[in-house]
Formats: sequence, structure tokens, C-alpha cells
Amino acid sequence: MAQSSTLGDKVYRTILFVAASSILLIVAAIFYMMVQSSMPTLQRFGIGFLWAREWNPSQELFGALPFIYGTVISSLLALLIAVPISLGIAVFLVEQAPKKIAKPIAFMIELLAAIPSVVYGLWGIFVLAPFIREYLGPVLQDNLGFLPIFQGRLTGIGMLTGGIILAIMITPIVTAVVRDVLEAVPNTQREAALALGATKWETTMIVLGNAASGIAGAVVLGLGRAVGETMAVTMVIGNSPQISASLFEPAYTIASVLAANFADATDEIYLSALIEMALVLFLVTVVINGLAKLLIMSVAGRANASKHT
Amino acid sequence: MTEAATGHNKRRIINLVMTSLTAICAVFATSVLLIIIGFIAYQGISSISWEFLTDTPKPVGEGGGIGNAIVGSAMMTLLAAAIGLPVGIAAGVYLAEFGKNWYGNTIRFIADTLIGVPSIIIGIFIYTVVVMPMGRQSGLAGGLALAIIMIPIVARTTEEMINLVPNSMREGALALGAPQWRVSWNIVLPAAMSGIATGAMLAIARITGETAPLLFTALNSRFYNFYYDQPMSSLTVQIYNFATGPFEVEHAMAWAATLLLVGFILFINIIVRYLTRKKY
Repeated sequence: MAQSSTLGDKVYRTILFVAASSILLIVAAIFYMMVQSSMPTLQRFGIGFLWAREWNPSQELFGALPFIYGTVISSLLALLIAVPISLGIAVFLVEQAPKKIAKPIAFMIELLAAIPSVVYGLWGIFVLAPFIREYLGPVLQDNLGFLPIFQGRLTGIGMLTGGIILAIMITPIVTAVVRDVLEAVPNTQREAALALGATKWETTMIVLGNAASGIAGAVVLGLGRAVGETMAVTMVIGNSPQISASLFEPAYTIASVLAANFADATDEIYLSALIEMALVLFLVTVVINGLAKLLIMSVAGRANASKHT
Repeated sequence: MTEAATGHNKRRIINLVMTSLTAICAVFATSVLLIIIGFIAYQGISSISWEFLTDTPKPVGEGGGIGNAIVGSAMMTLLAAAIGLPVGIAAGVYLAEFGKNWYGNTIRFIADTLIGVPSIIIGIFIYTVVVMPMGRQSGLAGGLALAIIMIPIVARTTEEMINLVPNSMREGALALGAPQWRVSWNIVLPAAMSGIATGAMLAIARITGETAPLLFTALNSRFYNFYYDQPMSSLTVQIYNFATGPFEVEHAMAWAATLLLVGFILFINIIVRYLTRKKY
């Protein structure tokens, strides 16, 4: 366009360019500062930091394994609970419910996503934890107590509570993405299946099959959220750096160790160990979110993928 | 024939069971929301008083309130919005108007990446670049952390809203000889403004609920503090401290502060939804 040569255009465009580039700059600065600040532990412990089990800051023993374990197990637990429920809600909203019912339900589930993490934590401490201690825990122990994952002392605070809170928190986002993905499946597929005599559910199964990669993307996105959730988990998971088979035992995640200890970390090496774990969390979430975006885009197209990542 | 009939029945029963199961999932999720909100309202309402809204925290048993936390949250949100909105909107305009190339695609991808980064990471970043050089936690550091969380969100919603503006409006103005910046500033932006404003409101609601990035950037303060270079209290950090403390009185105050915070966030979300309901 000829106009782009005028001074006003140049100034305007430069201002916008600088603003857009600031996003690039921020991410680059985050990465640089974290690598820089975690140098002391990177040099001292090397890659072995990731699978060392001991964590005792006063003796300068730093191993990330308990936190990695806690993050992985609590996130998988959350997915195990949240994915079937989210799929159910999304199928109900897109394939079954009349618009009049679907709209308010979709809105209410989106509101679940707007509630801050610290509020879920508060609710977890005073409602969910007692519920697990008094009701859910005993029932699980009575019926499935022979499994090591359900053995041990019931305090209400621990891995299971953390996983359930995470599940509640990621359900809205997984539901929203699956909904978009299902809506992107062309209606002709449903009509064809119904015309051949398939039941409503059989039709749904075909639709789900065709949306599989997008649904996988939604699950991966949910995983990304679960891995990075901080406050609610910190408040209910018990914050104890141990690796235990029991889901009732307290645990620790990378995000929660950062939230609980960063303000007190005064030694350079302690601070460095925490920042190195933050660096791990940063890289993991970047990879997970990138993967989720690619998977969702393959079904729902650009617009939908960008809406939720 | 009978075999076909039983097969048909089996399929009908599976259909019925599965459709009921999905409905149960939906009912279950909405009940969780209602239970959480109901519990917050029930627990919180009794502790809300004028003293609670205006006073500062006192030693346990002497009453006190969260006035300083309300002011701190407002001040940090304001600072974050003052930085995050202009930068975010400008970045969004760039992406929509000039971003259909490799550089725009890169920025778009990086922005989405930044949205997915856990907010505590942003807090640690601000700790290393603001808190450590300054030598102390401050409202400035907290506000900057919140601004960084805001920028990519605002940028992406702005881009989406501008993309909704029909191209014919741009072409019309350009055909009349307006320079591109005038078209963008005087025609496209006003047309997209209501959408951008609702996006901005949602972003503000979102950062008001953030806790993790404030824990060690703004820290907390027991007093009213109107200076950005001092540690600053916030509603969310106050809720966290009250909730994890050992005293019943503090727990009650945590519920009341939560009622205030969730009320504000849900109010904005519902208003935004009401205003944009025609578009969806």
C-alpha cells in the first residue's frame, strides 16, 4: 500500500511493533533469567538434580525427584477424574441437550474456571479434606484397602485431595475445548450415521472418533494446567517431600514447593535450586501447551486453538 | 428375528444408559459450582461488616479487617492495567493489522505460550529482575507481575475482536484516502472497542484472583500502604494467610474475604456475558 510510506504510518507501526515484540522479549527474559539464576545448582549437581531423592536445604541436599513425582502423580490423578467427566459434559452439551438447557449449563461450567485458585484451596482445606477424611477415605479403605494406594493414615490432606481439587479446576477448560472440537465436526457425519440406523450414542461414538486428535489436545491442555496449578494444590497436598505409594499421604509438587518456600529461601544455593525447578516447570508447560495447540488445531482450526491456549 | 430384536434392545439400552451418564456429568459439574458458591456465601456473609471492610488486621481475637488488602489489590490491579492494557491492546492491533507474516505468527505463538506459563513462574521472574535489585518486596513488583500476566491475554482477545471488524470498513476508509494509521485508530479500533473492553474486564477479573505471583513479589503488609515501593497487601495473599493459619477467627475472615473476591469476579463475568450475549 502506498500510504505506508507516510510518517504517521511509520510511527504508528513502530509503536505497535514494539508492543508486540515486548511479548517476545518477556519470554526470552524469563528464560534467560531463570537459566542465569539456576547456574549455581546446575553447576554443582548437574543433571542428577532431577532424580536425586534427598531434599534438605539446611544440609544443602537438593533433589527434585519428590517434587517431580508429586507433580506427575497429582496431575495424572486429576486427568483420570476430570477427562471422563469433561467428555460426558461436552457430549451432553453438543450432542444431546436442547439449546435452552445447554447454554446456561455451559455458562455455569465456564464460571468454574473463573474462580481463583486460592478459593479452591480454601474450599479444599475446609470442605473437601474433611469430606475425604470422614467419608470417602474410609469407604475406599474398607472396600479397596488391600491396594497399597489406599493404605495409610487418613488426614484428609494429601495426594488424593490435591488430585481431586486439580480435577475440579481443569474440568471447565477440558470441557470447553472438547465442546469446540465436537462443534467443529461437520453435521453431515451425524446425519449419515443416523440415516443408516445408528442410535444417538452410536452416532456420538463416531463423532468422538473423528474428533479424537482434538480431544487428545484437550486432555494435554488439561495436563498443562494441572502441572502448573499452584495455590490450591499448595493448600491441600500436605507439602512434604516424600515419595509414597499411598494416595492418602502428603506430597509436594514443583509449583507448591515454589509457593511455600520461595519467600524464605535466603541462601544463594537454596534459591538456585528452587529456580532450577521453576525452569523445569517452565519448559515442561511450554512443551505441553505447544503440543496441545497442535493437536487441537488439527481438528478445530486456528481460531478455536487460539481461544483456549 | 428374535436375535435381531434382542440386539436392537441392547443397543437401545446402551443408548439410554450412556445419554443418562453424560447428563449426570453435566449435573454433577454444575452442582459442584453451586456447592462451592453456596458454601462461600454461607460461611462468609456473617463476618462482613463495616469494620471488616475498612480496618486493618489486628492480633487474633481483637477483630480487625481487610481494608488494607482491598486497597492493595486495587492499587496493584490498577498498575497492572495501566501497563498491561495499552501494551496488550497495541500488540493485539499489530497482530491483527500487520501480523499475517512469519513475525506475527511467531509473536502469536509466543503469546499463547506465555498465557500457558504458570503464574508463579512470572512471580519468580519478577523476583529476579525487580525484587532482588530493589532489595525488598513491593507493590510495584506485584503490579508488574500482574501486568505480564495480562499482556498476552489482552493482546489475543484484542486481535480476535479486531478480526471481527469487516474488511469493507477498512477498504472504504482507505479508498477515501485516509492513511493506514488513521483507518486503524479512528475506524477499526472504535468498531472493535466494546469487544476489547469486555476482554479487558475479564483480564482484570482474572488478575484480581491471582495469588502465586504476589506471594514473594508484593509480599504482604499489616498496614494501609499507599506507596508502590513498599510491600503491599492483597486480598488473595490475605486469604491464603488466613486460611493456612491455625485460628478459627482467621478462617472466618478468610471466608468473608473470599466472598468479596468471588463476588467481584463473578459479577464481572456475568456482566460481560450479559453485554456480549447477542454476539454468541
